[in-house]
Amino acid sequence: MPYPLDVPAAESSDPVWSEANLREHILLEQTWRRPPGIYGWLTATNHKDIGLRFIVTAFIVFLMAGVLAFIMRLQLAVPENTLVGPDLYNELFTVHGTAMMFLFAVPVMEGMGLYLVPLMVGTRNVSFPRLLNYSYYIYLGSVLLLFVGFFLNVGPDVGWFAYTPLSGPEYSSGKRVDLWSQVVTLAEISSLAGAVEIVTTVFKQRAPGMSLNRIPLFVWSQLVTAFMIIFAMPAVMLCSNMLSTDRLAHINTQFYNPAEGGDPLLWQHLFWFFAHPEVYIIFIPATGFISTIVETFAGRRAFGYTLLVLSMVATSFIGFGVWVHHMFATPLPQLGQGLFTASSLMITIPNGIQFFCWIATMWGGRLKLTLPFAWVLSFFLIFTIGGLTGVMLASMSIDQQVHDTYFVVAHLHYVLIGGAIFPLFGAFYYWFPKWTGRMLGAKLGWVNLALMFIGFNLTFFPMHTLGLLGMPRRIYTYFRESGWAERNFAATVGAGVLGLSVLMFLVNVLISRRSGLLAGSNPWGASTLEWATSSPPPSYNFLHPPMVRSGHPLWFDPPDTPVVTGLALEHREVLVTTTHDAKPHHRYHMASEAWETVALAVVTIVMIVSVVFHSLAIPVGLPLILLVLAIWFWPTKETKPLKDPNRLRTVPATVPMIPDPA
Amino acid sequence: MIAAATARWATLADNDFGVTSGEWVRGTKSVLDPAGPQSGRIHQLFLDYFWLSVVVYVLVVLFVIFAVILRRRRARWTGPILAEPAPSREKLRGWLVGLATLATTIALFFLLAGDHAAGRAIRSLSTDNALKIRVTGHQWWWEFRFEDEAPSKIFTTANEIHIPVGRTIEVELHSPDVIHSFWVPNLHGKRDMIPGHPTRIAFRADKASEYWGQCAEFCGYEHAKMRFRVVAEPEEKFNAWKAAQLQSSVQPATDSQKKGQYVFLHTTCVMCHTIQGTTAGAMMGPDLTHLASRKTIAAGSLPNKRGHLAGWISNPQTIKPGVRMPANSLPPDQLQALLDYLEILK
Repeated sequence: MPYPLDVPAAESSDPVWSEANLREHILLEQTWRRPPGIYGWLTATNHKDIGLRFIVTAFIVFLMAGVLAFIMRLQLAVPENTLVGPDLYNELFTVHGTAMMFLFAVPVMEGMGLYLVPLMVGTRNVSFPRLLNYSYYIYLGSVLLLFVGFFLNVGPDVGWFAYTPLSGPEYSSGKRVDLWSQVVTLAEISSLAGAVEIVTTVFKQRAPGMSLNRIPLFVWSQLVTAFMIIFAMPAVMLCSNMLSTDRLAHINTQFYNPAEGGDPLLWQHLFWFFAHPEVYIIFIPATGFISTIVETFAGRRAFGYTLLVLSMVATSFIGFGVWVHHMFATPLPQLGQGLFTASSLMITIPNGIQFFCWIATMWGGRLKLTLPFAWVLSFFLIFTIGGLTGVMLASMSIDQQVHDTYFVVAHLHYVLIGGAIFPLFGAFYYWFPKWTGRMLGAKLGWVNLALMFIGFNLTFFPMHTLGLLGMPRRIYTYFRESGWAERNFAATVGAGVLGLSVLMFLVNVLISRRSGLLAGSNPWGASTLEWATSSPPPSYNFLHPPMVRSGHPLWFDPPDTPVVTGLALEHREVLVTTTHDAKPHHRYHMASEAWETVALAVVTIVMIVSVVFHSLAIPVGLPLILLVLAIWFWPTKETKPLKDPNRLRTVPATVPMIPDPA
Repeated sequence: MIAAATARWATLADNDFGVTSGEWVRGTKSVLDPAGPQSGRIHQLFLDYFWLSVVVYVLVVLFVIFAVILRRRRARWTGPILAEPAPSREKLRGWLVGLATLATTIALFFLLAGDHAAGRAIRSLSTDNALKIRVTGHQWWWEFRFEDEAPSKIFTTANEIHIPVGRTIEVELHSPDVIHSFWVPNLHGKRDMIPGHPTRIAFRADKASEYWGQCAEFCGYEHAKMRFRVVAEPEEKFNAWKAAQLQSSVQPATDSQKKGQYVFLHTTCVMCHTIQGTTAGAMMGPDLTHLASRKTIAAGSLPNKRGHLAGWISNPQTIKPGVRMPANSLPPDQLQALLDYLEILK
């Protein structure tokens, strides 16, 4: 262990805790922990607090959206069922899709990033702690708006893709679609804020020595994803706001109305320009989990680190050039469609390279068949099917037959559940000890995995054939003579098994949190920096922020590797390093908790929701937002130039890297 | 093989399940059972992609499984490998990854070329002497207008069409409300009907049979029950059907039928429907001139039987919740008379 001093606070009787270290620990803890009481809880800015809140909230959304899906499966279990009518069914699949895509998949991946990235790059918090707090409340507002709306019968009912003109003012009266568009706006504000945090933290706060080619693969995946979010999310905010202004009687634009020179296809382009990259925004972090878990349990550094990184980057670029494959059935020019067939096929290449590198890593390592690794192995078995049906969907001609059928439903669940949920559960089993200090139970874990594997395949595999037999998506019932009954029944049974497995996971979490095996700081013998501190990590993460000499510091760095000292103990200070080589550059004084973040979040949410109901929402809301921002950014003593000018002076590279006396 | 077996099973299923209620009309609906040049070409392409996928899947899974089984036997877990991997081995792995990438790329080029060729073949169907049909998607039914150069030979029908086998059909697709999608899986891929973007596709049925079509783009409440039937039959049978469709409606003969016509023309029916040869000429709902010649009602939701028709007229909202047709609470004698009348509209 290169960092013997970073033992958990609970084990402070450990002899390595010298008196000086203990004193530093106490000072740092006082500086970095959040203020006591409800105020401190509400205004929390620590990336671990907020990261876990994102993960837990998103998981609750996952459960609720899963229940909605199960109700849909019950409705479709037998032909001509009357359990739910078309109105409720349309709401069910719209809320299911919206919740899973906007409010579960993206936030849970960002939550993982917000928790793990600062630990993996060896710093004490993300770059903009107050923005972090704000982004969580905006996200929470979005979740509440969607589900409270759904329970009050103003849940959206036009599909998560909300195609105009069906979602326009003429064919969807009421407030359902308006609220949906505000849900999207709020969710994207939150995602954008999270993405900014990750980009700046990765670029500017890495441990000294962690040059770009030493960044852990998971951190790369988060960085690439964050950039994708920054480029993709504005498109959906733009188009959903244009939909809002089309719909609101007091604004009444005609962007999507063909009768007034608007165009419904405009919506489809803008929406899919966001929504296809969205798939990669969900999938690329999952490849980060996979790379990490494969490295750890193959016991060797990943084969083709550079290839893996470049594949992610390539995927993210090509991912922006394939959106028209969602529109192959529209009357767009054939030549242009052919181009998108080519680009959609092309994206297979970087994804294939990732696969080959992971397999090569396994072949070159010693494999330890643990639970997280088993989740990744099931990913290989499942996602590959989704990837290959994806290749079929890339073909313009085949797509004309299977587009908008259950074949696509099967494909997208193979890709998203196989490609993101299975690795995510693997990641839960992998990092749970870091979050709680205790291992997740292995026995329940294997049962959880087995049930999920069986349940998933039983639910979604028959849907491939259903699609080929002509079953369209988004139908609330089907006729007896269609011949779809048996497969639908099997899918419903599978959904039950799937639900059971998620229930087992919950039970496992509840039991293990209390009485799981104690994990220690590095239960898996992994190589990245988050395992160099206690489990759970102290509020300040590292007693002495580490310096690294390789991409896998816990495996390859010699025990005498220096650590960073000299950062202030009495206020929140982190070391900022250069973007390429991570050379120490200067100290950065981080903001502390502030009530303004919560107030701003409340004002933002209230304004965005009331836009739907009153034309005065923006004229009143905007000045209020500016007011809160003014209070937030009003210079205080804390942020005034410090009296001691040395504080802000650039630190020469050698200064903070005094070798640790131990 | 799997696909072929599934296709057979699907056909069986379709035809056999049709008799569960003893009255359902036959018709197939499957991508795997092509009955025309376009669907056949797409099916062929699908099979190419499918078999290549099977090969790739088996290879990937074998490599992963063998990695787990063989590597674990050969290299026991004793902690992470801290030494640099042997360069020769690493180089070999590099070559293999490169080779696999190259193979992927080449395979993708083949797939791309295959798709391109198929796309050209699908579009190259000659539309000389084609039968032109203007299709309009409504929430939630289909309007078909058979075009002709002579205006007297144009006629309109709904939710069921007959087409001649072996002759190209060119459909012009329109939507006045929301986006629908025209799809007869056995004959051709789907094409979206986007308001403001009229478009046309051409296809041909080579096998006389009955096929189901369905709206394939989510269009609101009754997207599930927006179907239509395509009856492909020999040219002479088609011509007979066409001649019958060109006729004006049958005039009532009995007292009850006359009363039924009176009911039709003096209640809400006339507000939305057309019956050629009467004063009913509204275009909001399906043209009912030859209602009795169709095998289903309510866009393929019910068999066209007297009982179903009565239920549909009295309370369509229980059959298709959200449908645009209002409930009609007619006194029993008027309803029976109306049914008597509608049943003669062959």
